[in-house]
Amino acid sequence: MKIVTGAGSVSTRTRLKSNGVIRELVRNRTILLMFLPAAALLFLFNYLPLAGLVIAFKNFDFSKGIFGSDWAQPIMNNFDYLLTSDSAYRAVRNTILLNALFIAVGLVFEVGLALLLNEIRNKYFKRITQSLTFLPFFISWIVVGVFAYNLMNFESGAINRIIQSLGFAPIDFYSEAGLWPAILTLAVRWKVTGYGTIIYLAALTSIDNSYYEAASIDGASRWQQTWYISLPMLKPTIMILTLLAVGRIMNADFGMFYAMVGDAALLFPTTDVIDTFVYRSLRKSGDIGMASAAGFVQSIVAFVLVLASNYVARRADKDSAIF
Amino acid sequence: MYSKRYSIGRIGIIAIISLFSLSCLLPFIMVVSGSLSTEKDIMDYGYSLFPRQVSFDSYRILILGSHRIVDAYAISVIVTVVGTVLSLLVTSMAAYAMARRSFRYRNALSIYAIVTILFNGGLVPWYIICVRYLELKDTIWAMILPPLANAFNMFLIRNFMMSMPEDLHESAKMDGAGEFRIYAQLIVPLAKPVLATIGLFISLNYWNDWFLGLMFVDKQELQPLQLLLRTLISNVEFLRSSSNAMDIQRIASQLPSESIKMALTVVTIGPIIFLYPFLQRYFVKGLMVGAVKG
Repeated sequence: MKIVTGAGSVSTRTRLKSNGVIRELVRNRTILLMFLPAAALLFLFNYLPLAGLVIAFKNFDFSKGIFGSDWAQPIMNNFDYLLTSDSAYRAVRNTILLNALFIAVGLVFEVGLALLLNEIRNKYFKRITQSLTFLPFFISWIVVGVFAYNLMNFESGAINRIIQSLGFAPIDFYSEAGLWPAILTLAVRWKVTGYGTIIYLAALTSIDNSYYEAASIDGASRWQQTWYISLPMLKPTIMILTLLAVGRIMNADFGMFYAMVGDAALLFPTTDVIDTFVYRSLRKSGDIGMASAAGFVQSIVAFVLVLASNYVARRADKDSAIF
Repeated sequence: MYSKRYSIGRIGIIAIISLFSLSCLLPFIMVVSGSLSTEKDIMDYGYSLFPRQVSFDSYRILILGSHRIVDAYAISVIVTVVGTVLSLLVTSMAAYAMARRSFRYRNALSIYAIVTILFNGGLVPWYIICVRYLELKDTIWAMILPPLANAFNMFLIRNFMMSMPEDLHESAKMDGAGEFRIYAQLIVPLAKPVLATIGLFISLNYWNDWFLGLMFVDKQELQPLQLLLRTLISNVEFLRSSSNAMDIQRIASQLPSESIKMALTVVTIGPIIFLYPFLQRYFVKGLMVGAVKG
């Protein structure tokens, strides 16, 4: 996923005088005008909020706005407040642990399914199963939440019906916080495994067949071929995708958590993440100081992580860095 | 070799893949079955793969009984169509500008866009700017404008445009065409494959979005379909977490029935299932483009 900013071929020209700059801009005014709508939208929805990060150091007053509000007294007041909050600590911990769990299990599922699909020779079977596993990627987390509810609700959920017909007591999933890391992991796997498999499958099909032919002449079994040829060939892809995911470890998928867990406070000990915590502080309790301080920390850490993971990715393989 | 094809390992592989594929499909079948079941069957026997008695009542109630659902459908369609058209226009024009080799400062445009991928101000300032400064609260634009210009999509389109031969542009210019005309009549038709792929990305995002609605739309008549679905589900969640028996009694009588919820889910995912063959093909293509050179 490389975004090339590209080197200008014009650099050989003589240094520009300021009126040369203006002339160039005027000459290309149509091009500038075509960029203008996007520039304006990015300014409003991306650049302004960046400047708005300053709100974390303010005592925000809606009528005075972000920039007109008074500075917090003392300046780190919102952060002091944040540090004493147990639920903020819990949200950070949950975000990192759950994301780490998603990344690890995801790797096993996605590489595993790609390797298995790669063994399939029947074109139709392959195509149909790929279509089926890719399908959940296209529906919203809200709908996944409905599916989960159908399976897990206490009275009529399919799982509880089965449990009861076997003679056991039904499980109240929506009040058992301990089960939710596993439930959420399964939900993510269900939704995006098919999608995640595609890139690995593409990498597998691009492996030169002569490696396998040579190996099988030497008497290597399919299992040995997978272990000694396919997996090593996938390693760069695995590294890069994992690095990029680690770069986003502070950012939880709000859509998933809010659709699956919602306002079920009983589940918060294991499912409340930074994004849901900030959302609740902002929209439910109206605690903007706390929300902005938490968001500030998240933005800064996320930025450092993205830069760091990109740096590592670039060291490993120049083409796989984002920038 | 023939005997090897049906070895135990191979059967195991086929079994695992089949099981996983089926598990991806089953929830969809359960929802369709639930929407066609009678309320009583769901209460008595739970959700099952096949309805015991087929009944179209829930769909009838959905269409005739509540204008709220029809309104939500209309909102979702408007947001998706308007959002996709505008987003494609804005994004592709910006991509054209970033790809224009004759413009000396095009790299400055790219850097301007790339900053928005790297830095993120987070939810709170973004929310306050949308509400206090842009006054998007309870307007349909709140669900269209924020994701309209997407830097990542701009780069995907730009890369495609930069792979076109420069002579094309030169000769059009020679014939006296202006930049906008070259974009509209020459480049856009040639960039159709990438525009179709990204158009599908965008429209899927708009259709599936409920976050913007959740943040900005409190007015019921402006709620998109996905959000309405969430509202119905969370009523049930509220019931579940409520310990007050009186509450449960009171709200249970107003709750939409289970089968109607399932029917609403079916109409929400209907367009996606309908378009799935296209979606799948273009998404795989787009993913490859993104993975290989994006």
